[in-house]
Amino acid sequence: MGKFLKHQIKTWGLTELFKGLSVTGKYFFKKKITVRYPEEKTPISPRFRGHHALRRYENGEERCIACKLCEAVCPANAITIESEERDDGSRRTTQYDIDMFKCIYCGFCEEACPVDAIVETRVFEYDFQERGPHIQTKDKLLAFGDKHEEQIAADRAVDAKFR
Amino acid sequence: MFDALQAFLSTFLFEWLAILITLVIQTVVVVLPIMLVVAWLTYAERKVIGFMQVRMGPNRVGPLGLLQPIADALKLMTKEVIFPDQANKYLFIIAPILALAPAVAAWAVIPFADGMVVADVNAGLLYILAVTSIIVYGTIVAGWASNSKYAFLGALRGSAQKISYEIAMGFALVTVLMIAGSMNLTDIVNGQQGGMLNWYLLPLLPMFFVYFISGLAETNRTPFDVIEGEAEIVAGFHVDYSGMTFGVFMLAEYAMMILISFMTAIMFLGGWLSPFEGIPFLETMFSWVPQLGWLAFKVSLLLFIFLWLRATFPRYRYDQLMRLGWKVLIPLTILWVFVVGAMKYFSFGPWFN
Repeated sequence: MGKFLKHQIKTWGLTELFKGLSVTGKYFFKKKITVRYPEEKTPISPRFRGHHALRRYENGEERCIACKLCEAVCPANAITIESEERDDGSRRTTQYDIDMFKCIYCGFCEEACPVDAIVETRVFEYDFQERGPHIQTKDKLLAFGDKHEEQIAADRAVDAKFR
Repeated sequence: MFDALQAFLSTFLFEWLAILITLVIQTVVVVLPIMLVVAWLTYAERKVIGFMQVRMGPNRVGPLGLLQPIADALKLMTKEVIFPDQANKYLFIIAPILALAPAVAAWAVIPFADGMVVADVNAGLLYILAVTSIIVYGTIVAGWASNSKYAFLGALRGSAQKISYEIAMGFALVTVLMIAGSMNLTDIVNGQQGGMLNWYLLPLLPMFFVYFISGLAETNRTPFDVIEGEAEIVAGFHVDYSGMTFGVFMLAEYAMMILISFMTAIMFLGGWLSPFEGIPFLETMFSWVPQLGWLAFKVSLLLFIFLWLRATFPRYRYDQLMRLGWKVLIPLTILWVFVVGAMKYFSFGPWFN
């Protein structure tokens, strides 16, 4: 009888419904966790894998020696490299293309590189609106690296002891 | 106010023209604010539900996203209205009108303050019941004219649900009628004078809940929105509607929501009466609030509850919904009719004397 009465009070008092309402009512006043993107941004890890770049040594010599390890390791076959002997006898790339549509941003190229030439930067706010520009050529990648060298070097320095 | 306008107009116009112009102005004065409230109610809904889900809600268009309803309206108006090949074009167009017209027409008898009413009809309650039941035709015709299985299923469910809950709603209103002794909405509010204890909320507490729950079902709001259950039947009766024809259905739904809130406030929460009536200090402190202000406050509170419920509860299963309507709400209302009768016979409390 007591159980029956309890059940009836629970049912007609709409207790479960009010419990549910109190939960949503509490959340109504909670602090909102949304990040308003263009104005607010979340912090980015120094290991972030975004747009690619080719780096240079401090004397201006390009790092890439056309060993083609990145081309070999690339799981998406996004990298195409052609190389030739330069006038001073060193081996350099004549073509270094990354197809940004194929790339899956796994970071293997960066890991494979013996001279830290190809890197993935923390830049992710870019887009391609037509075919063509999505093939990042050697010139573009080098220019991109020159532009962001400071940030790239800082990120590598932070991560150096874990590599 | 409008009598003076009519008298002024008839000094230099035909009498019938003066009456016509006054009527049109009255209609615009009532309908336009409602449409604006509808627009910003959609904004409030998205904002409230967002907040309850720990999100921000719309905040891109204008400050705090306040211009979002305008952007939405512009989008709906410029969108193409698509007529399905197999649809019945005439019924297809008539359906949204059938849905909106009663939701707007019902406002004729709603008093916004003492004497602030378009038509002070003696059978106001009856008028509202009659007019709002026509909305179900909008649903049925929309579902039928679309000539689509989903729309048809949605319309079937919707019409059955609305007709079922209308009975509970009607009985809940019968108790109000018994207690007030009048069908005139102004008289019903005036019968609740003399402080919060005299509101019909107290003797009719179960009926308040029954009316509000039936109101949810009438307007197809969330715990009872089987009519457009996204998961099963895509969007129910208005799957095939796009652009402004869909917008009109939206307008009708939200106008009905506001209407139900107004009716609840008028019949159970003392309408435009101040809740501090008879309390010595607070009464004078809040005497500056206009009658319309109190009514608006109560209505917005009820509308907030509408949105709160939507953010909280999952959809009812169809058989459970029917069980609630027929086996719980209707017996409860009939029982309460007898209880109110008994209370009236024994002149119980401040409500029956």
